[in-house]
Amino acid sequence: MNDSVSFDDHAQAAGPCMTCVAVSALIVLAVVASFAYLAIDVRALLSAPSLRLMAKFIGEFFPPDLSAPFVAKVAGGALQTLAVSALGTLLAALAGAVLALPASGRFGLAPRLAARALLNVLRSVPELVWAALMVLAAGLGPFAGALALALHTAGVLGRLFAETLENAPRDSERALRDAGGGAVTAFAYGCLPLVTAQSVAYVLYRWEMNIRMAAVLGFVGAGGLGQLLYFHLSIFQQAQASTVLLAMFVLVFAVDAFSSRLRRGLAPAYA
Amino acid sequence: MNVVMRDPQARSRATALAIALLLLWPMLQLSGFHPSALFEPGNLKVMGGFLAGFVPPAVSGDFLSLLLKATLETLAMATAGIALAFAIAAPLAFALTRALSVSRLGPGPGRWRARLLRPPLRVLLLVLRAVPEVVWALLLVRALGLGASAGVLALAITYGGMLGKVYAEILESADTRAARALLEAGSGRLAALGYGLLPGAAQELASYTVYRWECALRASVVMGFVGAGGLGQLMDQSTKMLNGGEACSILVTFLLLVLLADALSAGFRKLLA
Repeated sequence: MNDSVSFDDHAQAAGPCMTCVAVSALIVLAVVASFAYLAIDVRALLSAPSLRLMAKFIGEFFPPDLSAPFVAKVAGGALQTLAVSALGTLLAALAGAVLALPASGRFGLAPRLAARALLNVLRSVPELVWAALMVLAAGLGPFAGALALALHTAGVLGRLFAETLENAPRDSERALRDAGGGAVTAFAYGCLPLVTAQSVAYVLYRWEMNIRMAAVLGFVGAGGLGQLLYFHLSIFQQAQASTVLLAMFVLVFAVDAFSSRLRRGLAPAYA
Repeated sequence: MNVVMRDPQARSRATALAIALLLLWPMLQLSGFHPSALFEPGNLKVMGGFLAGFVPPAVSGDFLSLLLKATLETLAMATAGIALAFAIAAPLAFALTRALSVSRLGPGPGRWRARLLRPPLRVLLLVLRAVPEVVWALLLVRALGLGASAGVLALAITYGGMLGKVYAEILESADTRAARALLEAGSGRLAALGYGLLPGAAQELASYTVYRWECALRASVVMGFVGAGGLGQLMDQSTKMLNGGEACSILVTFLLLVLLADALSAGFRKLLA
């Protein structure tokens, strides 16, 4: 008798989770539908002639063109990419700081909502789309790239700055106000010192991302390494394109190594 | 009372400012900083005409059906790309994660194989994710021709690298004691993954994959600019033809799509939590 009772008391294995099954089925369905909709012919892609063509295409990238004048040209492109990213980040930091003040709710609710909406629009349009538009506004060239980076990054930095401002304790600022300091003085001496370190860390972090982005923006005509790559690929100079690709690699790895060293010093700011 | 207002940091501040200005000058030269270019009559006319075209947005039946097709194509590219990326990332993460490394438990038969296999796989993962997806797309468009398949493969390559790295890290940061116990008791790696690691880590893995899908959606719009199909390609054509109305409709669609993806991925992740 006892045995049967304890048998009934055993925990029952949970039944199959219906939601999980349904969601998994939906995902599989979505993937199959996607491949079907795009009509990617995998067999044609993996057929012998297509693979041979691919191998030939890859082979044309070797050896890269390492002649001195071309390497100098690529180095110039890399410098331009760095300059574009730096200028874009700088402009973005200025614009972000200006927009962050209303967005942090210092001037009331209506400016706050307006500034937030503007920041959201700036942020949700990708850099490359901004670049395509800026090429129309400022003409072909690196300046369009810097503007495009600035517009997107201003949206990101503005929001981060606003959050930093909102999270900073207001005590010292209020104390300065109570002691008779003006609004600007109180902000400059009571609030800014508290948010500077964090904001600088955000700017450096975005700069790192922008260097990578600036290398790509040239595809729509915004200067730097990207424009070189696009140009040489367009006229079927794969050896030259391969040098530019190498330069992109070097740039990205250098930035990665440098930033991880820097980040060790700034660690708390990334928390 | 004679209070001298003196900034004790004046000298270091002045030095920093001087250095910054010295660096700023070549930077402005290199990046072709000409704000006046924005106000040149030619550029103003082009941009003004383009922006004036934004109202009203293009809503003709032909264009809307084209837009719908491009939107669906973008969605399909992101989904197919992530599916392929998963197929690349899952085996690589399984091979590389330290949580399932038998050779770390002590001297065993597989030690040399692990030493030979892991470093090249690690380098492969690094190379896959080192190049941005747009660069892969640009190269693949040359190799495969215009269209979505270049975009899907570009996504698969870059995101395969990223997912592989993050999967391996998630598996390592989960509670690895159960898997370790299984491995020490002589179970296979696959069993240790299934019974020791996945129960604890599956949620985070799935949640990260959904987040990456959201990123892939954005990326597939961007990749269209180099000819990889979808909304980006449509946008590229409209900007080149200076058709403001179409560009406006596409931008609005894109923003809606991003919002939708945000909401969908947030919902998914809540379901998983």
